[in-house]
Amino acid sequence: MATEPRLTKTQELVYEITVSEAMAADVVTVGPDQTMADLRIIMRDNRISGTPVVEDGRLVGMISIEDLINALLNNDIDAPIREKMTTKVECFYADEPLVHTFAKFSKYGHSRYPVLERDGRLAGIITKGNVVQGLLKKLEIEFEITEAKQGSSRRDRPTIRKFFEDVYADEISFTFKYLVAGQNLKGTGKAASELKSALKILGVCPSLLRRIGVATYEAEINLASYTKGGEIRALVEKWGITVEAIDGGPGIPDVELAMQPGYSTAPDWVRELGFGAGMGLVNIKKCSDEMELKSSVPEGTHLTMKFYYTS
Amino acid sequence: MKLKDLVREFGLEVKAGAGLLDRDVTGGYVSDLMSDVLAHAVDGNVWVTLHIHQNIVAVAAHKGLAGIILVQGRQPEKDTVAKAAEEGIPVMVSAFPAFELVGRLYKAGIRGA
Repeated sequence: MATEPRLTKTQELVYEITVSEAMAADVVTVGPDQTMADLRIIMRDNRISGTPVVEDGRLVGMISIEDLINALLNNDIDAPIREKMTTKVECFYADEPLVHTFAKFSKYGHSRYPVLERDGRLAGIITKGNVVQGLLKKLEIEFEITEAKQGSSRRDRPTIRKFFEDVYADEISFTFKYLVAGQNLKGTGKAASELKSALKILGVCPSLLRRIGVATYEAEINLASYTKGGEIRALVEKWGITVEAIDGGPGIPDVELAMQPGYSTAPDWVRELGFGAGMGLVNIKKCSDEMELKSSVPEGTHLTMKFYYTS
Repeated sequence: MKLKDLVREFGLEVKAGAGLLDRDVTGGYVSDLMSDVLAHAVDGNVWVTLHIHQNIVAVAAHKGLAGIILVQGRQPEKDTVAKAAEEGIPVMVSAFPAFELVGRLYKAGIRGA
């Protein structure tokens, strides 16, 4: 059952593809007035076992290695091809569907057929090998087209930027708010990962998502480790995304010092869990495009992170 | 190399995510500081740590890590196993201390970052 659609596709192809798409257009031909001796050399040099006979661009017959052998046996090697060729020739038109060739190949058993334009000029020849190759090539092209389509649909997937281009209002924004409990690192990361999922649905690109995810997670860890609790707010606008972490105290006495890598006031219970190494704010700065940290004791701290759309 | 190769090679005990061991391991990271891992581990890394609390799962999920290996036979907390199952993060346990385990992983072809 699984192969059925593919079969159908192949069947479709043999009707879609024309003889001209599969045939060999670059054909060695001979003239009717050349001799069978000439033919022997042409066949040998081109490693072919049969060829169309053409006069003034028009097909007049076919001559094969069998005809040549007969001529040799009859000691008639200098006879003109005209006398030895087959004139009653089965042929195809270039614009016929390829499927027409199947019946003739099995009915007449010839290994090659000439292909004509509708005006009678020789366009090429077709062998079973050409048919198979033509189909394979077509399948390959179809496959590439399908792949390219999938590729472009990946690229065309709605992005957050596209969204803001496509809708109009005097002001558009989305707000997401998450409450974070203080003094408790159980379940930390939930707000960050929920925000990440929301932004993903809105079409924020993966690399920006990663940056926002890590920065927000660090901010969430800070709320949970040092504060009485607070909230994380994300504002999604046309130019980018603002994430804020706002708490109700106790505030940071020296913001500049807090920004130093490795500086930490983390209590033991936080450090024991592998947090509080004094790297959180450094990470946040690294991940965000803009960062602002305002704090007053004992009111609390307001961290603002800005992220610009990159794609 | 896949997680299941590591499990077989080093006799790791799989505590969560047994169905996800077909994941490719892009490299390794060893650290017991969450911020360090958040800052420096890379997508698809296997993370070696001694922490057993549930925050390791959140960190691994955020960074898209392939899995976590706990050292010295340390057993993950119940919450950690539950969260790991929920987030799809394989958690494995090695009897070796970190230095020994990382040395062996390196020898097996796992590189940093």
